Amino acid sequence: MTMPMLTVENLMASYGVVRALHGVSLEVNEGELVALLGVNGAGKSTTLKSITGILRPVKGSITFLGTEITNRKPEWIVKQGLSLVPEGREIFGSLTVEENLRLGAFASYQRDRYKADLKEIFELFPILEERFSQPGGLLSGGEQQMLAIARAMMAHPKLLMLDEPSLGLSPAMTDGIFVLIKRLREMGSTILLVEQNAERALEIVDRAYLLANGEVDFAGTAEDLKRKVDIASVYFGGDDAAPCEVPL
Amino acid sequence: MDLEFLINTLSLGSLYALLALGLVLVYGILKLVNFAYGEYIMIAGYGLYFSATVLHMPWWATMIFGVAAAVLTSYLTELAAFRPVRNKSANALIVTSFAVSIFLQNAVLILVSPRARAVQLPPIFSQTVNIAGATTPVRNLLIIGTTITVLILLSLLMKKTVLGMAMRAAADKFTTTRLMGVPANLVISAAFIISGLLAGIASIFWIGRSASVDPVTGAAPLLIAFIATVMGGMHSPTGAVVGGFVYGLLFNVLSITLPASMISYRDAFMFVIVVLFLLFRPEGIIKGGYTEERVG
Repeated sequence: MTMPMLTVENLMASYGVVRALHGVSLEVNEGELVALLGVNGAGKSTTLKSITGILRPVKGSITFLGTEITNRKPEWIVKQGLSLVPEGREIFGSLTVEENLRLGAFASYQRDRYKADLKEIFELFPILEERFSQPGGLLSGGEQQMLAIARAMMAHPKLLMLDEPSLGLSPAMTDGIFVLIKRLREMGSTILLVEQNAERALEIVDRAYLLANGEVDFAGTAEDLKRKVDIASVYFGGDDAAPCEVPL
Repeated sequence: MDLEFLINTLSLGSLYALLALGLVLVYGILKLVNFAYGEYIMIAGYGLYFSATVLHMPWWATMIFGVAAAVLTSYLTELAAFRPVRNKSANALIVTSFAVSIFLQNAVLILVSPRARAVQLPPIFSQTVNIAGATTPVRNLLIIGTTITVLILLSLLMKKTVLGMAMRAAADKFTTTRLMGVPANLVISAAFIISGLLAGIASIFWIGRSASVDPVTGAAPLLIAFIATVMGGMHSPTGAVVGGFVYGLLFNVLSITLPASMISYRDAFMFVIVVLFLLFRPEGIIKGGYTEERVG
């Protein structure tokens, strides 16, 4: 068996005295589209923050392409080929679209391919070409999300992580983002997707992990998850959800 | 308007704009009001004194030496003092900046002398020139020209280079900038180096007015830089420049409108204006720009 691209083992993380993750383990294989699902506060973003090095985990290990990346600096981790599209988009509002994309390429800038990379981005997101010299802060929410994804892709990530890309977007925009994620996967990208919108996410992903209270409650293929776990009741807090009863 | 008044205001405003800009560049990225900033100006003054009086360098070399001393001091204080406490609280950073300030003042006091040293500057600094009937010191024109040049170069650096983009991005969203692969140390060191550079250049003209330097020389320019940024706005380099010029204008207006018996209270009037700003427009003349995210 080939080694997974990303392996997270027994990850524990805290915010001050509050323990947010109680030993999360997960894997992402090359070419896969994997979702990390769960309600607010389940630990999804905390997991991503630990992987990218923004948050130092208390315990556990994170291995990417055979290299231990636990406790490394974020700027070092992104150079290994791990890019995050952060929650809330985090566009540099006072910088132009062009400058946002240029900084996105910072981790792996190569002069001879930069122009071609931009062209590829414009094919995926024509709106960014139109808005090329406008400040990122003037873009609409959906356009900013596209810019955030494009910015991450400029680094040529081997694994792209998306944190709540549909958050705060109109239904039409959300559709667009999901179509795009599916397309990126078909183009060969490996993607770890964090989503609150579990039903939408399960339509496009290969596998999923369901987090609850900082632990993995369920892991399996999208089909398994749809069949065995009553997604709606998990999100609405029903007792019958009891996803813990499903064997891992 | 009186030409002499105009030149005086522009030159004073230029000097204050440089002072304020150096303070705001570090604030933008580290969210730290660096109270050791005045000491970079003081160290540059001693650099001028040492290179001219002890090493007998030519005047242009003394200026390079003075500015380099400020840049080096700024960079070393970042490495030795600010970097270790960077991820601690904002209070830890600000207390550290006071500690650095006290340390540098006393180091100079012990190593050189508590008394003022005369600084030799080229004769051009004490010459005057007559423009359309207005008599003005040549150094006033020099500072205006220097400031314009510095502002253009700095603006090119910030807009056209990747380092500049990264610094603007870091001032906006520090953590996200690191997620792009930009090293935190790079942008912070760059901010301190440029801040030291501005302090050094401003120091030449600050010292040029009194031609002397002592261990507390840095206190007055620090206060001016701080007040200028409060008035102009802490959150963007534009705010700092505007604040510097507004400070220069207000100061000169007070100088010619106050009766002779009240001139010595000029600073008190300036502080009243600052208090009014803090009461009615605490964000300064130029709003917005940087957000308040702390490095961590």
